[in-house]
Amino acid sequence: MRADLKAISELVAPGTRVLDLGCGDGVLLRHLQDNLGVTGYGIEIEPAGVVASIGNGINVIQMNLEAGLSGFDEHSFDTVILSQTLQAMKHTEPLLRDMLRVGRECIVTFPNFGYWKNRLQVLAGVMPKSSDMPYEWYNTPNVHLCTLHDFEALCQRVGARVLQRIVISNGKPIHALPNLLGSLAVYRVSA
Amino acid sequence: MNAKARSVGDVTPLTAHFNQALVLSSGAELPEFDLVYETYGTLNTNRSNAILICHALSGTHHVAGTYGGDARTAGWWNNMVGPGKPVDTNRFFVVGVNNLGGCNGSTGPASINARTGKPYGASFPFVTVEDWVHAQARLADHLNIDCFAAVMGGSLGAMQALQWALTYPARLRHAVVIAAAPKLSAQNIGFNEVARQAITTDPDFHGGDYYAHGVIPFHGLRLARMLGHITYLSDDAMMEKFGRELLAGKHKFSLEVEFEIESYLRYQGDKFTERFDANTYLIMTKALDYFDPAASSAGNLSAAMAKTKAATLVVSFTTDWRFSPARSKEIVKSLLDNALPVTYAEIESTQGHDAFLMENEHYFSVVRTYLNRVAQEVNA
Repeated sequence: MRADLKAISELVAPGTRVLDLGCGDGVLLRHLQDNLGVTGYGIEIEPAGVVASIGNGINVIQMNLEAGLSGFDEHSFDTVILSQTLQAMKHTEPLLRDMLRVGRECIVTFPNFGYWKNRLQVLAGVMPKSSDMPYEWYNTPNVHLCTLHDFEALCQRVGARVLQRIVISNGKPIHALPNLLGSLAVYRVSA
Repeated sequence: MNAKARSVGDVTPLTAHFNQALVLSSGAELPEFDLVYETYGTLNTNRSNAILICHALSGTHHVAGTYGGDARTAGWWNNMVGPGKPVDTNRFFVVGVNNLGGCNGSTGPASINARTGKPYGASFPFVTVEDWVHAQARLADHLNIDCFAAVMGGSLGAMQALQWALTYPARLRHAVVIAAAPKLSAQNIGFNEVARQAITTDPDFHGGDYYAHGVIPFHGLRLARMLGHITYLSDDAMMEKFGRELLAGKHKFSLEVEFEIESYLRYQGDKFTERFDANTYLIMTKALDYFDPAASSAGNLSAAMAKTKAATLVVSFTTDWRFSPARSKEIVKSLLDNALPVTYAEIESTQGHDAFLMENEHYFSVVRTYLNRVAQEVNA
């Protein structure tokens, strides 16, 4: 299982209601259902992801996140998850605000653009590529990459409190100089 | 489509007779009635693999397969139902049923009323989606099916699947609700009313008792169907299919058929009058208009759905303007509000409302994958 998904499953309380935004093939929700007994719903836009999610036995709703979560009531979920999708959203700020409205807590994960290997590549004069960001600049779905500092500034702007932060590199937690040494960030935030 | 998919082959309709009276939503009573139905596949020993397919406005019990080897007699959902198809009859026992008020063998306005010895005609009671579900439950009893693996349908058929989940929550595990709405809009009812007016103002309607006069309200029924067809297709699909093509290649400055679309609508209208009873059309459109499961919960669909237990697959089509994706999302939300299992697919299609009858890769993959899961769950 992807390192950030493993980290997420440690942050979700058993038996709660979970909404996974951009659930892909549904493996995270399936894992949370099987191991934590959560009541989960996934949201996915891609037809292949929707079909794969159905095959994985999760409740999937085909919907475009860019249109927001207007169909969901305030605090209708215990946890709203956005894993490795933040950086690919066009309407990043409105979505984060919507997540804070719908979920009592939110978990957001994204590749840290401030990771030293990314910085080195920029310094060398090229756009960074890594296992977390495996795309070329011309075909990447990532339109809003950010660093830990950038994300925390956005949190402050939308009134999100950071409850917990896990920073990972090579599947291991990083404690010192996270914005430099961590390749992947996992945040637990609430309104 | 699965490479090994094939047709169920030739099928034979069956008739079940019910002696016990059925009290309808209107308060009227049918002392006895027939339901004509077809089945495909085999009911397993623990009777857990049955799927009920409910038909839409002009559908029938003839869901799949053919009569007498004639491909032109293929059932209305032959692409969806069969061995190796999304509704796989190698695994499921599929039941198709003609609804009460129909004109294909189940008791309806053209049937003989035993009390008078004459066709019911105008005296056939109006029926609701809930009445149909009660009648279908009698058929389930007749077939010894306690609990369906799934009840599924498109359009008005999907409304029956939803009603099953409300009326008999313990008698189905899944509802498959395709191209539906939780109730009709004023615009939807408006279209139905124009169709009904076309029929009832036809001089050959005779207040609904036209059977005795040896005529049918041909012109009215034809108009009703022509109007219906416009609402089943999207603007784009119509333009794509017919454009502004002229049959004669130039304007004739007459009222004869000139544009391809005129020819298509007239043909569809004519064909429909040969197989469909006008009184049934009136009853079916009224059933659509009356459908509103939230009404008994002060219009709150979420409150209404609280008594359901089924897991639900909801499917809509992007260009369906008769029952748009927004209407399906109302159903999804009501299930989410009750923390019920729900899956929703919004299928990209240019085909409008009719898309639920058409083969489409994403659509069929969704249904196939979902029903695979159902098959595993019920050991089909």
